[in-house]
Amino acid sequence: MEFQIIWFILWGLLWAVYFALDGFDFGAGILYPFISKSEIDKKAVLHAIGPVWNGNEVWLITAGGATFAAFPTTYAYMFSYLYTPLLIILFALIFRGVAVELRGKSTSEGMKKFWDFWLFVGSFIPALLFGVAFGNIFMGLPFDDSGYYGTLFRLLNPYGLIVGLLFLFTFIVHGGLWVSLRVPEELANRAFARSKKFWYLQTIAAVLFLIFTAVFTNLYDNFIKTPIWFIVPVLAVACLLLTGFYLIKNKNGRAFVFSALFIIALIFSGLVGLYPNLLPSSIDPKYSLTLFNSSSSPYTLKIMTIVVIIFVPIVIFYQAWTYKTFMYKITEKELKEEGY
Amino acid sequence: MDTVLLLSRLQFAITAAFHFIFVPLTLGLSILIAYMESRYVATGDKDYLRMAKFWGRLFLINFALGVVTGITLEFQFGMNWAEYSRYVGDIFGSPLAIEATLAFFLESTFLGVWIFGWNRISPKLHALSIWLVAFATNLSALWILIANGWMQNPVGYVIRNARAEMVDFWAVVTNPYGILKFFHTVASGWVVAGFFVLGVSAYHLLRKNETEFFKKCFKIGAIFALVSSILVVGVGDFHAKEVAKTQPTKFAAMESLWETTKDAPMYLLLMPDPANEKNSVEAIGIPKFLNILAGQEEIKGLKEFPPQDRPPVTLTFISFRVMVVLGFLFIVLAFLALIKFKKIEQSTTLLRILLWSIPLPYIAGQLGWIVAEVGRQPWIVYGLLRTSEAVSKAVEPAQVVASFIGFTIFYGVLGVIDIYLLSKYARKGPEPKEV
Repeated sequence: MEFQIIWFILWGLLWAVYFALDGFDFGAGILYPFISKSEIDKKAVLHAIGPVWNGNEVWLITAGGATFAAFPTTYAYMFSYLYTPLLIILFALIFRGVAVELRGKSTSEGMKKFWDFWLFVGSFIPALLFGVAFGNIFMGLPFDDSGYYGTLFRLLNPYGLIVGLLFLFTFIVHGGLWVSLRVPEELANRAFARSKKFWYLQTIAAVLFLIFTAVFTNLYDNFIKTPIWFIVPVLAVACLLLTGFYLIKNKNGRAFVFSALFIIALIFSGLVGLYPNLLPSSIDPKYSLTLFNSSSSPYTLKIMTIVVIIFVPIVIFYQAWTYKTFMYKITEKELKEEGY
Repeated sequence: MDTVLLLSRLQFAITAAFHFIFVPLTLGLSILIAYMESRYVATGDKDYLRMAKFWGRLFLINFALGVVTGITLEFQFGMNWAEYSRYVGDIFGSPLAIEATLAFFLESTFLGVWIFGWNRISPKLHALSIWLVAFATNLSALWILIANGWMQNPVGYVIRNARAEMVDFWAVVTNPYGILKFFHTVASGWVVAGFFVLGVSAYHLLRKNETEFFKKCFKIGAIFALVSSILVVGVGDFHAKEVAKTQPTKFAAMESLWETTKDAPMYLLLMPDPANEKNSVEAIGIPKFLNILAGQEEIKGLKEFPPQDRPPVTLTFISFRVMVVLGFLFIVLAFLALIKFKKIEQSTTLLRILLWSIPLPYIAGQLGWIVAEVGRQPWIVYGLLRTSEAVSKAVEPAQVVASFIGFTIFYGVLGVIDIYLLSKYARKGPEPKEV
């Protein structure tokens, strides 16, 4: 039983880290056509995410694999109920990845435009749809023990869209900040200015999220039952405000750190509200998939815990080293020389 | 067969087969590039640096597609095969999660370092990062094949709580089926890479372009192709014995053997006739040869099993036969390439054959997977769960029709772009020597 709780936390952590990292890749991809004024600018944005985007995306693959390994019943039903939205996310991620890697290898203008389009679309769609998916998970999906009764259009409900927009604006702010940290001055200023603007939209979406969560979901129940947990969303709000504070102060490094912390606190706020559910049923709570009724056996969870305790710190160590190595300002000279 | 099941099977087949166009080259070429770059670091010979960069560019084009098409497979288990995922997730999920944690992180992170690190880190560290990519790529194959090995030969589990639950992780990890399959598959990927290097080098040697440079590449490719061709055939023999032991229906289908017998000849010419449960052509038999291949005194024929438990015989048989013939052809070709190496630029016929042989190891790999997966039918987990019971119940036919069409179109586009870019950069050759 303890292992189930550990894995519930790890499950949340994997998603949180994934969004905190790949979130800025999405944001960079969304801002890419709007902030780049020249071919060199485009190369700079691609270079800003180039060394790390793929390693970031592996957190998604690990989150998926961990769901499969630790909560197979949730994995099975969550993924098959959300078939079409996941499919769209998948196609978007496929083209996003190929666009980042192959744009630099295409020489014709037509092909470059093709990849530019897919980089934007492939970043925009997952940013929005991951939010819609999580919004719907927070609300619960209409299923019982004999099946699922939802439709694609039912997923695009007002609450799902609010969470979708919150994710979208959050990642845009996050991505603009990351780009501003890495690219040459002028482009960096343009990216930073976008983050500043989108922070207001992000904040509005966050306020709507806090209000409508009370209307559409049962997420607040856990907090009311055990008020100490309010600390998590309070931290999230604090991080969001600090992001705004440092944006106004023109400190992009600190703003980026708090933007990342906001994402992590946001995911964990949702997680506290969901507990013990992984996928609530909106028909009747007795059908909900919880960390108790959908988990793997204690033996499997123990094996997986050992694997994670040994290897995830190693991953974090070398990924941190990568970030340190590539956390420098790209120069125009470098961009003109490189073939990438 | 109902629509969702049929289309889910087709969709898994095309997405897995498409993914496996890119995987084998990655497995082998990463090792060769790591070797080339290490030679550069050790000797300072700039040709090896140009080599690492030239093959590295082709590697990256190929790798980009391998990565993105891999995510599809992980998601698909839950999307299309929910009942399977629920039933076996306690065992099958672990190797997948371990693959991501141990291998994918290492591979993706250090490939990023390799691409962008040329001027940021020391040459030794840079060479180390491509070694880590090569190691991680091959390690990922180990874990996914442990997972697949369990579907072929389930071990270390009990049926409890209406599903298969793991009771012995060590048995799952050391499943001989999975281990043999790992070596067979990885070696087949190295063959692909060996012949890729041979074929592209042959193209340039035929055009007398950078002869010295491409002779060096050719030699590396020839040695690698020869060693891995011998390895793939050798391991394949052990693998076949394991199949005969654990999956009698698959083995019987591979050889199209209908009657249980102690004296099973291998017919060089054979044509299955599944409708009449016999072979319409059987000629030039080598006595008892199947007993040797299977390592068994008595081999069970297909008639031993009820028809609903048998795999499609003709497809399994033909795929296996062609794969085996190709396997031996690779040894011959690689051997010829090596003994003719000294004056290879004059052996234009051999060079032409090698150029046109680039697709053959790819085809052999695809055929191998057909044997493995079609030959496992009607089971998704051999002897434990039928494919028809494994498909998602919540998915509507229209959804799978849409996804199937989507995958076909998008993958088609990506395939064309990949071949276009690979041939463009392969023909372009390395960057000119610095003066």
